[in-house]
Amino acid sequence: MKTQVNIPTALRQYAGKQESVTVEGGTVQEVLDELTARHEGLRRHLFNEKGDLRSFVNVYVNDSDIRYQEGPRTPVKEGDVVSIVPAIAGGRPHDPRARS
Amino acid sequence: MTIRIPEGHVARIEAHAAATYPEECIGALGGTADGDSRSIVEVWPLVNACIESRHSRSLIAPRDYQAVEREYTRRGLLLLGFYHSHPDHPAAPSSFDLEHALPWHSYLIVRVDRGHPTEMTAWVLREDRSTFDPEPMAVVQDGRAPTARGGDR
Repeated sequence: MKTQVNIPTALRQYAGKQESVTVEGGTVQEVLDELTARHEGLRRHLFNEKGDLRSFVNVYVNDSDIRYQEGPRTPVKEGDVVSIVPAIAGGRPHDPRARS
Repeated sequence: MTIRIPEGHVARIEAHAAATYPEECIGALGGTADGDSRSIVEVWPLVNACIESRHSRSLIAPRDYQAVEREYTRRGLLLLGFYHSHPDHPAAPSSFDLEHALPWHSYLIVRVDRGHPTEMTAWVLREDRSTFDPEPMAVVQDGRAPTARGGDR
């Protein structure tokens, strides 16, 4: 079952500079496993040391965030589009004296 | 790698940082990359999607990220990176910044003291995610040679 995976700009260097990659898999986990097997450099930036998706990595199947579905077990059908979307965040160290 | 930024865009980022003080601002940087040089051609101020702790946290909503990336791609630009402010705090990356960074992007940080921007630096995440490296920044002035700024602390 072939699925298109959209790669964010910063990670395209690890995926042959492609905006999207077509891989096979019946769930999001299988799709990402196949993706990172083919493009090993992506793994470090998508998954933490425990093998879980990094907290700032959002994955959508079509327009739905997998966190609100079945997480990595979310099924993927032929023709679905999986998008990796980073949550860009910044911040200084918390200061308990700072205004809130 | 040096990142070039027109002084008008520096002023725009600083104005955004001052306007949102004492909360953090955040935005995207669009431009071009050629060999060892990057040029920012557009600054895109975005809404800080953080609900709490906006004085010390900033966030780009995933939908905003997708919209910016899609628009830049459509126009032949690269999403070079992002900027955010550190109100009353040095313009150096925090551990929070490190945890949430991606390689390749340029991260500009603006220090804002009592509402006034005082320093801007640029950083790139090291490939092994261990730390940020400073990125030399050249402010391009109209009709004049670039001026080195920040990134070489």
